[in-house]
Amino acid sequence: MAKVKGDIIVDIEKCKGCEVCIDACPTHTIEMSEKVNGKGYHFMQNVHDACTGCTNCAIVCPDGVITVYRIKV
Amino acid sequence: MSDTITKEQIFKPENIVYKKTDLMTDNVLSYCPGCGHGTTHRILMEVIDEMGLQSETIGIAPVGCSVLAYDFMNVDMQQAAHGRAPALATAIKRLLPNKTVFSYQGDGDLAAIGTAETIHACNRGENFTTIFINNGIYGMTGGQMAPTTLEGMKSSTSPYGREWHAMGHPLKMTELVARLPGTYYVTRQAVHTPAAVRKAKKAIRKAIELQQQKVGMTFVEVVSNCNSGWKMTPVNANKWMVENMFPFYPLGDIKVDGKLVKEV
Ligand SMILES: Cc1ncc(C[n+]2csc(CCOP(=O)(O)OP(=O)(O)O)c2C)c(N)n1
Ligand code: SF4
Ligand code: SF4
Ligand code: SF4
Repeated sequence: MAKVKGDIIVDIEKCKGCEVCIDACPTHTIEMSEKVNGKGYHFMQNVHDACTGCTNCAIVCPDGVITVYRIKV
Repeated sequence: MSDTITKEQIFKPENIVYKKTDLMTDNVLSYCPGCGHGTTHRILMEVIDEMGLQSETIGIAPVGCSVLAYDFMNVDMQQAAHGRAPALATAIKRLLPNKTVFSYQGDGDLAAIGTAETIHACNRGENFTTIFINNGIYGMTGGQMAPTTLEGMKSSTSPYGREWHAMGHPLKMTELVARLPGTYYVTRQAVHTPAAVRKAKKAIRKAIELQQQKVGMTFVEVVSNCNSGWKMTPVNANKWMVENMFPFYPLGDIKVDGKLVKEV
């Protein structure tokens, strides 16, 4: 069966640390960072390798800072 | 083929499955973290983008937090005096009937100071699309009570909770306009989860498509959080919204093809 592998790029400086994306991720791939960005917000980061490229996090992000990639493996 | 996929293999333009539409400018949104205004702007612009209507669309920004919507939406925009967006949208649509026209308004704008403009534009069956962000509060000015504030809900001007003997009942503007003959499609949506966002986007797409068929008013309410005004974290505000706003403002279509599909 064809499998898919995804990954995301977060525009860290534009992330406002709202955390709305975290629960939206079915594979628990993302977490908030300990570090803050230039505006002082904890930003979202990709911490596991489980992303399927489902786009959920990007669709629900109010600031539209997530780009999602997906390939068939 | 090897099982390990490198970042270089994935991060190629042809593998992009989602990115912010070019119809949203690169300006940083002026909204608080987690506010539904941003999500709603984006899905509205995605619809305009996917329908190829960028140069054919004119939007009206309101007074309220979304007063700067013209800085974020990469289409022609005008900004109306408080509550007057439906009047301005009426003028623009009548003068340029082939343009796609939308008004984008909060509940203080649409359901308080602009009640007359809203009701009459809906009753006249003006052929534009209204996007109505209902967060139950005046966000921009510091969280004052709005007509849409729930019974018992605390705001800066109802610190002990809204009490109807003194402050009146919450107003279901969307149910009200659904009863007017000039509205053709009336629906209530939300943008707090991926599934809700996908549904809300479909509803906006339907509204814009119907506008092209010149059917009359198409009206999409989006129940949203004002986490700053509610004094909650964005995640808690969304939870509170599901538990408290949705029972009173239930999601779903209210009027389809000019016919009520729900008792109002
Ligand atoms: C004629 C006039 N009256 C009052 C105001 C002050 N004012 C600015 S925004 C606002 C309320 C906005 O609330 P809402 O429409 O719910 O939008 P939100 O900020 O919650 O998105 C008010 C009363 C104004 N700008 N103009
Ligand atoms: S695309 Fe889907 S799986 Fe990947 S991080 Fe976002 S929500 Fe999680
Ligand atoms: S939803 Fe967007 S802005 Fe909010 S934390 Fe996630 S990436 Fe950042
Ligand atoms: S005050 Fe409320 S409505 Fe305004 S941007 Fe902040 S959360 Fe959104």
